[in-house]
Amino acid sequence: MTEPFQITIDGHPVPVTPGQTIGAALHAAGRRSWRTTRFGGRPRGLFCGIGVCFDCLITVNGRPPERACLLPARPGDEVTT
Amino acid sequence: MLLGDWDLVVIGGGPAGVAGALTAALHGLRVAVVDAGARLGGQYFRHRAAPPHSSTPGFGRFLGQVRALRERAEVLTEHQVWSVTRQVDGRLTVHCAARDGGRERPVALGCRRLLIATGAHDRVLPFPGWDLPGVLTAGGAQALLKGHGVVAGSRVVVAGTGPFLLPVAVGLAEAGARVAGVYEAGGGLGLARHPLRALGKAGEAAGYGVALARHGVPYRTRRAVIAAHGEHELEAVTVARLDRDWRVLGTRRVTCDTLATGYGFIPQIELGVQLGCDTRHDADGSPILAVDHGQRTSVPGVWAAGEPTGVGGWRLAELEGRLAGLSIAAAAAAVAATAPAVAAAAAVPTAANAPVPVPVPVPSVLLRRRRSARAFAAALLEAYPVRSGWQGWLRDDTLVCRCEEVPLARVREAQELGATDARSIKLLARAGMGWCQGRICGYPVACLAGEPPAPPRRPVAQPISLAALAAFDEDGTRTEPHTTEDPA
Repeated sequence: MTEPFQITIDGHPVPVTPGQTIGAALHAAGRRSWRTTRFGGRPRGLFCGIGVCFDCLITVNGRPPERACLLPARPGDEVTT
Repeated sequence: MLLGDWDLVVIGGGPAGVAGALTAALHGLRVAVVDAGARLGGQYFRHRAAPPHSSTPGFGRFLGQVRALRERAEVLTEHQVWSVTRQVDGRLTVHCAARDGGRERPVALGCRRLLIATGAHDRVLPFPGWDLPGVLTAGGAQALLKGHGVVAGSRVVVAGTGPFLLPVAVGLAEAGARVAGVYEAGGGLGLARHPLRALGKAGEAAGYGVALARHGVPYRTRRAVIAAHGEHELEAVTVARLDRDWRVLGTRRVTCDTLATGYGFIPQIELGVQLGCDTRHDADGSPILAVDHGQRTSVPGVWAAGEPTGVGGWRLAELEGRLAGLSIAAAAAAVAATAPAVAAAAAVPTAANAPVPVPVPVPSVLLRRRRSARAFAAALLEAYPVRSGWQGWLRDDTLVCRCEEVPLARVREAQELGATDARSIKLLARAGMGWCQGRICGYPVACLAGEPPAPPRRPVAQPISLAALAAFDEDGTRTEPHTTEDPA
């Protein structure tokens, strides 16, 4: 798997370089947040970038929230916010 | 499933873990290495799937060690360890959540000895607006660049304290970001008198200085980012001039879309704490695992190397890994030599059946090098202390705990209700009770409580699915999930 591919966020395509995580691909595409907090409704995206802070929790292919910064992107992954 | 009965399981595939695993494997031990990442390397040697030529010092050497290791040991990446338990016969079980395609799969490794080489993460300080998207940890910005080839932003500010700010800023500038400034809260002497120079690393400091100058990046000491601004994303930061205790003397606004911030590092020691390893405080107050000259912790069968025994960088980590590997190999050899007939039983070190410590045949040159590397690390920690003035940057509504969205006012309220320590503040205000289990806010909350940070108690070190938990029982041997349905 060496060719660039795409994932989608709410149906919009996002390019991915093989080996990137979902979080890295979204951040590179200028998408800096993909969830809001429970109480304040504040936007959150990458913060620690290494799986420590859990700010970047994301829903991919309908699965329970995972850390976008650790989750390798796979062709056709569908992110919903 | 329960994978094998290893002579040694190494948790963490950075410089310490790889060196330790390789050393032990070269002495004939059956070794497994588990790492949460997709590739070995840890934070410092983080690299892309197809690494281009890397200028990271030591990277070629590390890749060589990884190649040698793969021929001699089991390497399990994308395995997150959430617990280590002691079985009734004294063996250890390392419980992991493995990523398998898009799914999480419970995996448990049985072993006689454990090496904890779990590294460290950024230490951050809260300030108004620090939860805006676009504010990243310095390590996070570095991980994006090294691991993914992603430049964190187009106009970036780097702020915090410690020598790590320099490579982060240089990396971003060389990758094409406009770095608006590097703001070092400590010092006061400027780059020409950077502590790296005083500590015999003049070449390193000069190299960063030249690179920053080439890209026109200003480096300012006694400066800090004390607020981040923006509606939905970061648009600007307030940079303050500080006195020596980090109280604000004056401010100005700097436009940027990204901030990379870090105030040192926090060693990840919770697995050692779970097992009951003795801890102590490092020069900067961080709780670390106490080890002897052979990197042995206080718990039989458990060794630690690298940042969990004190932040000191990759060279020290690799050295400690090698020493741990030698010490582990010596312990295994001693057991085999003293009780060949009952090796199976005696090979398992338990509190009741602890093998008599044997002298570790470690080359004295390695011990000398470790001594000097540790002295250097301690001097760096002492050169970059976190001063208490940062607490004055916070407003009542500044979030202290990002997960549970606990503002400073609630922490103060808890203190007024009688919470005199960090633990009581947590119980009353919920700071540290969220997803990250206090990894981010633990340090600032301890500071606000006026105490050094306590060793982290996290019986479950990573969030896991109920299916994985259901598959776990007391002796840790049965780890097949009861169901193959999706995690609850």
